[in-house]
Formats: sequence, structure tokens, C-alpha cells
Amino acid sequence: MNASDNRDAGAAWAFLAPTMALMTLFMLAPVLVALVVSLLKMDVISGHVQWAGLKNLDYLLEDEKFWAALRNTVRYVLVVVPAQTVLALGLACLLNGKVRFRRGFVTLLFLPTLTSSAAMTMIFMWLFNNNGLVTQYLQVHWGVTVRFLSDPAWALPVIMLMNVFSTVPLFMVVFLAGLQDIPAALYEAIELDGAGPLRKHWEISVPQLMPILFYVVTMGLIGCFQVFDQAFIVSGGDGGPENSTLTFTLLIYHFAFKTYNTMGLACMLALVLMLIIVAATALVNRFFKADGVNR
Amino acid sequence: MKKPGWSAAAVHAFLIAYSLLTLVPFVWAILTSLKTTRELAEATQLLPVAFNLEAYRTILASDFKTWFFNSMFVALVVTLLGVVSNSLAGYALARLRFKGSGPVFGLMLLMVMVPTQVTMIPAFLVVANLGLADTHSSLILTSIVSIASIFMMRQFFVSFPAELEEAARLDGCGTFEVFVRIVLPLAAPALATQAIFVFMSVWNEFMKPLLYIASLDKYLLTQGLNAAAKQYEKSAAWNITMAGSIISVLPILALYIVLNKYFIRLSDRAGGSW
Repeated sequence: MNASDNRDAGAAWAFLAPTMALMTLFMLAPVLVALVVSLLKMDVISGHVQWAGLKNLDYLLEDEKFWAALRNTVRYVLVVVPAQTVLALGLACLLNGKVRFRRGFVTLLFLPTLTSSAAMTMIFMWLFNNNGLVTQYLQVHWGVTVRFLSDPAWALPVIMLMNVFSTVPLFMVVFLAGLQDIPAALYEAIELDGAGPLRKHWEISVPQLMPILFYVVTMGLIGCFQVFDQAFIVSGGDGGPENSTLTFTLLIYHFAFKTYNTMGLACMLALVLMLIIVAATALVNRFFKADGVNR
Repeated sequence: MKKPGWSAAAVHAFLIAYSLLTLVPFVWAILTSLKTTRELAEATQLLPVAFNLEAYRTILASDFKTWFFNSMFVALVVTLLGVVSNSLAGYALARLRFKGSGPVFGLMLLMVMVPTQVTMIPAFLVVANLGLADTHSSLILTSIVSIASIFMMRQFFVSFPAELEEAARLDGCGTFEVFVRIVLPLAAPALATQAIFVFMSVWNEFMKPLLYIASLDKYLLTQGLNAAAKQYEKSAAWNITMAGSIISVLPILALYIVLNKYFIRLSDRAGGSW
């Protein structure tokens, strides 16, 4: 240990002070609050507090809404994460080839990512509304009438489509940046071996992209498990029709603000969601590590 | 290498098709916003009969204008304060030698693992206890710290040549002076990238204002858009909702057009940091 290790202590803590103060108040304290409140029966408005302990977890597991939310959220993640990853990777690979107007394409395709989830959802609701473009097209040209937003079988898929549509461009640009960072020498070496475009893709691009693929899948997982805005707006906040768009975060919102005495359940559910996300991320991490060994 | 013409054509065809698919919702929204409610009800024509700006007039005459400026105010204040504090923190973690460096960085890594939506409800309890419920301050104070931005700035400062700073120090400049006079001017591109990222995330945020803000005149644009849409949905006035949606996208779109290169760099960083 050397005295110069602590040379800038005064300045450093001064530089960090605003960040540390805000982080303690609005990130650390809330986590501790969540841990305590998750064990309480609590009402925010009346301030009524009562010890509940792990009974809160039992209440959750007995609640059929919990299972509906779990089902919807897991379905959502299982569809959206692979779909957006594959589509983003595919587009990035195409754009990485010899493409004219590449910058133009990237600029244009990026539009949905810039749009707020609120505005994007409005636009999609109008597309899939009973008078909407998609609904009318299907009616006129195919003779099928689907009430997308009020049919429990279709409301969640529309939200899935919307999310894929708006996150694909972001991940596409991330993949594209990764592809362009791959040293050209690697491709030249395998070309000397007589490899064609397909072998180049599978033997150089894919393994080199592994860290970025891991990043995209992880961010996708975290984002999808927390889906809220679209489900809230489409269902008007209640998760309908027939709980078909009820997601975990929407249910947390209900427990916190819509039903009495259930703040504890909201915090417990938040912790459960956090555990699920951490577990899912760890699982993905293991899978990619196992695959990326001979990188 | 010989390039077979048909496959290049297929690639371009696919990209053009996907681009058109991307544009359809936006074009449809714009066309809708230029129609009258009656045209929408009849739903016979794809194009508006006359380019009618009535929907824009209606939405701008409502609370929408207030919400727009609320969002602008909150987003600008958060951007200003956030860029300062995130950059200071990033610099301290990258360059300054002090004993807490490791633990502080570790703590931030841990906080990244905790999803924001998960801490948002308990954070509301903290906000309410501080007497800040239903104020713009609650949104501002809880949005300033962005760990992603701190990481980005840290990575930037780490890869930044240290000689200039050491020279300035030898000339007798204090740490803060070195930071303001030498480091910040050279960090302009990173600061711009961070500012865009922060502004966009506040502008597009939906859940936080929904939880923290209750009074109609303090709404932010995203939650206001949702509230307005609910009201106009009853009269099926989708033209007004679409006009509102389009107006809400315009500031970000303007930033995007002017500062395009920083947006793309932003995603570079996101991928590069792993």
C-alpha cells in the first residue's frame, strides 16, 4: 500500500458526491425498502402497516393473476427475444455486405427505436384497431375479421410484434458495429483456405460476434421481462382482455396503486421478478460461455 | 472476389422491403393525422381528401402544449445536471486515485443488475416520504444518475491520454481545474453522445411519470398522450391521437437528423462496452 494510492481522495469524493447521494436515496434505499415492505401488509394511502412475513409470497402464489402474469411474461420473452435477435442479426449481416446506400438504410431503419413507446403503441393500436389498416386489409382481401385488440388470443401477439418492431433497429446497429470491428485479416486468412461466403459467415463472423450476441440477448431478456408501457397502453392499464396482456410489471403496478393493502405484495413480486431476471441472465451467461470456449 | 448479381439484387430487395415495412406505420400515422374524423369513419380512401390540419390545431389547443413544455423542461434539466454529475463520477472512477474506487465501482455494477422498474415502486415510497410526490423535482432527482452513462464516460476517460493532465498538474492546476480546462473540452463528442442518450430516455419515459405525477397540468408528454388518446378514443378521433404522436416524435427526430453520427456512435458504445 502506497500513500499515492489515496492521492486524490478529497477530489474524488467531491466528484462522486452528487452521484453517491442520489444513488443512495433513489436506488440503494429503495432496494432496502423493497426488502422490508415485501414482508409487510401495507397501505400507502392510510399508512396502515402490519407484519405479514412470508405470507406475502403465499398470497402471490395463490393468486391466479400471478400465474397469468407469469404465463404472459414468459411467453412474451420466449417469442420476442429470439425473434428480435435473429432479425437484428440477419439485417446486420445483410447490411455488412456490399450494399449501396448503407448509411441511408441504417438511418431509415433506426426510426422505430427513436419513437417513444407511447407514440409507437398509439400508432400500432390504430393499425390494428377495428378500423385500422391491417384489420381492414385482412377483411377486404382475405375476408377474415380479427378484432386484434379485444381478442384475448391476439392482444399479446400484437404487443410482441410492436416490441420486435421497435427494438430490432437498435440491436441491428449494435451487431453491425460488432461486424465491422472484426479484423479483415481473419477473413483473408480463411479465404486463402478457399472458403466461400457461408463458411466465412459461420467460422469467422459468428464466433467473433459471440460477446455482442451475449450482450444483445441479455439486454433483450432484461427489457422483455420488464415490459410495461405497451401492455399498459393497449389494455388501458387493466391487463385485459381476460388478463391476456397482464405482465409482471403491470401486476406490480396494480398491487402498488390499484388495490388496497397490497404494497407488500407489489414489493414481493418485484423481488420475485428480480430473481427471475438474475436467474435467466445467469443461464444465458452459462450457455454462451460454454459455446464461446474455442473463440 | 466475384459477386453474383442476383444475390446482391435479392439483398437490396429485402432491405428495401423491410425499409418500406418500417415506414408504413409512420406514413399511415401522418396520413391519418391529415384526415377529418368523418373521413376516418367512412374509411374509404387511403389518402386524405384535403390536407386538413384541424387535428393538429385541436391537439395544440388542448393541455398537450403544456405537457410538451413539461417534458422539454424535465428532459433539459435532467440532461444538464446528469451530464455534469455522470461525467464527474466517470472521471473520478477512471482517473483519480483513492481507496474507495473499487468498492464504488462494484456497487454501481451491482445496481445495474437491479432492474429500474423493480426499484421504481419503492423509490416512489422514498419520493413520497420526502414530500416530492406529484412534482417535477421527483422525476428530475430520480433520473439524474445514469449508471450506463457513468460507465460510458469511465471507458472514455480511461482510454484518454494522461500526459496533458499530468503536465497541467505540474503547472499547479488543481484536480477540478484540470477537469474543466483540459479534460472537458476534449471530451465533447462523448458528452454529446451522453446528452442525447439521457435526453431521449427522459423524453420517452412512460412508467415513471405515470407513477409519480398525478396532476393533469404536471403531466409529461408520454403520459399525456395516453390520457388524451383515451379521451379521443371514445369519439374515434384517431386523427387527433396520431397528430399528437407525430408531434411527440418531432424533437427526437430533429436531434437525430442534426446529430446523426452521435446516435450511431451511441450504439457502437453499447456494443463495445462488453
